[in-house]
Amino acid sequence: KMRCWIFSESLSVLVLLIWLGLNLYLFIDTFHWYEEDDAYLYTRVMLGSTLAWARASATCLNFNCMLILLPVSRNLISFIRGTSICCRGALRRQLDKNLTFHKIVAYGIAVNAIIHIVAHLVNIERYHISQSKEAGGLQNKLSGIGKTPNESYLNPIRSYEVNTTTQILTTIAGVTGVIIAVAFILIMTSSTEIIRRSFYEVFWYTHHLFMVFFIGLVIHGMGQLIRGQTPQSLLLHNVTYCKDHYSEWEKATQCPLPLFSGSEPVAWKWIFSPMVVYIGEKIVRFWRFQQEVVITKVVTHSSGVLELHMKKCGFKMEPGQYIFLQCPSVSQLEWHPFTLTSAPEEEFFSVHIRVVGDWTGALFKACGAEENVFKEPWKLPRLAVDGPFGAATTDVFHYRVCVCIAAGIGVTPFASILKSIWFKCCNPNTELTLEKVYFYWTCRDASAFEWFADLLFLLETQMAEKGKTHFLSYHIFLTGWDESQATHIALHDDEKMDVITGLRQKTFYGRPNWDTEFRQIAENHPSNSIGVFFCGPKALSKILQKSCNLYSSADPRGVQFHYNKESF
Amino acid sequence: MGRIEWAMWANEQALASGLILVTGGVVAVAAQFKGWPFAAYAIAAGVFVCLLEYPRGKRKKGSTMERCGQKYLTAVVKVFGPITRNYYVRAILHAALAVPAGFLLSTILGTACLGIASAIYLLAAIRGEEWNPIEQKPQERPQVGGGTIKQPPAMPPPRPPADTRKKPPAEVAGQENPIPVTIEAE
Repeated sequence: KMRCWIFSESLSVLVLLIWLGLNLYLFIDTFHWYEEDDAYLYTRVMLGSTLAWARASATCLNFNCMLILLPVSRNLISFIRGTSICCRGALRRQLDKNLTFHKIVAYGIAVNAIIHIVAHLVNIERYHISQSKEAGGLQNKLSGIGKTPNESYLNPIRSYEVNTTTQILTTIAGVTGVIIAVAFILIMTSSTEIIRRSFYEVFWYTHHLFMVFFIGLVIHGMGQLIRGQTPQSLLLHNVTYCKDHYSEWEKATQCPLPLFSGSEPVAWKWIFSPMVVYIGEKIVRFWRFQQEVVITKVVTHSSGVLELHMKKCGFKMEPGQYIFLQCPSVSQLEWHPFTLTSAPEEEFFSVHIRVVGDWTGALFKACGAEENVFKEPWKLPRLAVDGPFGAATTDVFHYRVCVCIAAGIGVTPFASILKSIWFKCCNPNTELTLEKVYFYWTCRDASAFEWFADLLFLLETQMAEKGKTHFLSYHIFLTGWDESQATHIALHDDEKMDVITGLRQKTFYGRPNWDTEFRQIAENHPSNSIGVFFCGPKALSKILQKSCNLYSSADPRGVQFHYNKESF
Repeated sequence: MGRIEWAMWANEQALASGLILVTGGVVAVAAQFKGWPFAAYAIAAGVFVCLLEYPRGKRKKGSTMERCGQKYLTAVVKVFGPITRNYYVRAILHAALAVPAGFLLSTILGTACLGIASAIYLLAAIRGEEWNPIEQKPQERPQVGGGTIKQPPAMPPPRPPADTRKKPPAEVAGQENPIPVTIEAE
């Protein structure tokens, strides 16, 4: 297990190194090509090494733009996940980090874009200077080529008197360059964490500027602003000799006037295949959109949580996965991700939707949850489901002892996992390695997640009936509470049930002391490997990871905590 | 999630524009491009925009994530009162700041971005948003018994109400480690 974990961690580092290596290779290779190739000797005379900088970063941009769509092609990832046979666990874990990879590639694009833009700014200035009288003989000579109709120019800035800004902005390459840069910046600024978390719609709609970005990218290269000598011209015109004898050009037979042409646009070659994949994704989504989804049950929990039970032909899920929901009567365009809260053993699949935004609010209304009266099934809105996506958290079943820790909304995936554990536990046909589950849940305001307390209550009663009360031990920590609540709780302290949740196990107040908890668990299971599963904010994740390492015994036969983080 | 607060995005966009203006300006000044005085202006404008936009405003609903060390700048920006609070002012200011940088190719990207930021601010202003400083409120605890609590609670919650609370025996308050502690030499 330990080896597997190290393998999994080092695999993600390896993936990162491969990506970096490929970027470096492409950069250096292209750089050398433009620094040394004879076809670009005259271009270099004018531009110097910034030509190579611009072209090398352009190649890396193409490469990264090819990669950026792949990690968000969810069906492609599901397909790869389904087919990967070798070293399943570790490889599958890499596929879960798709969004991290998407972000890293985006940063790669940003870095290369900066290099590319700065290099081209310098290039344009140098083109401009080459037209001036002070520039020197060869540069003036080269800039002058193209004045008569049968000549091909090298310098796109045709005279020293023009304003470069307007000149460049009227070329295809210039104007598309500005457009794609602005589109990319808008995408970046709207996907910072605060916008993504708080105003998902802004993030979601702005991200669709990627279409502008990709179309602009393909057109950008077609401008062919940077030009080099044609191969035919190179055969007749020996650059190594002629560059020093530019005054004899046209007059001497070995130095005819060189011919220039723009380099072939290549961006579309890079982008073509991911575009096909992406369009394929959209077709799959459209097809899924057409499929019928039956809402079998709508439950409104207090504190504005809508529970939807649905059925769909051929829908197969695993605990920990998520789906995308779309409701045409609410919004024709928006798809929203939700974690599945039902167990695979159940006949239906369900999601719990908290009413927090415009979309969820509208859905709440559309389902008639406000009126609190029975609504005929055919009056319910049509829903479309895409998915399920994401890795299953079936790792829980590989350990004998499990510690599941959830913080706030991070509790949703555990609904499915706990239910699934319960079904497996009840089914005498399945061999269950899992013997003990510790469940920790810290939240500020338990009333928002009442539905989960209900679920725990149900599990508690069912386990008590089966005589397996010790299988699941859960600890709820309420971090937000006031004095009146505390008084109320204290008055009922002697009662068997908890006053807030109605559960047999009492709610704790304040944050859990992880040191005590981990020490206790380590004492209870002195020679087990224990799986720790967490879903919640980053800060707590770090603390837990440290605790896991701290309380793992140095002796390999002793207690070992294996940390698993789920990101949803 | 709730209602979209456009100013949040405008803030991110404006901050990015400021950085882009500075970058474009530095490139043009360093390489002494033709018309570099515009670039020098762009650096100044970019730095100003960055300083103005660095302290994030307070969201209407929920808690707002602060930028690292923004509280010092928040205090400065707060001083200007209604000028910095009103988003119409920011929209006009950014639009005006963006214009001169548009005459130079190096800073034109900054101009475009700041122009968009200005447009988003305008939208935010029309929707009635305004900038409010994020201030740490001193933790107010409702005091029940009156008087301030000077000692940490001896009994962890949940605790019984005050009248039924028993006076704890004196020796429980402090505990001595019954096992002698020795530092083992390695």
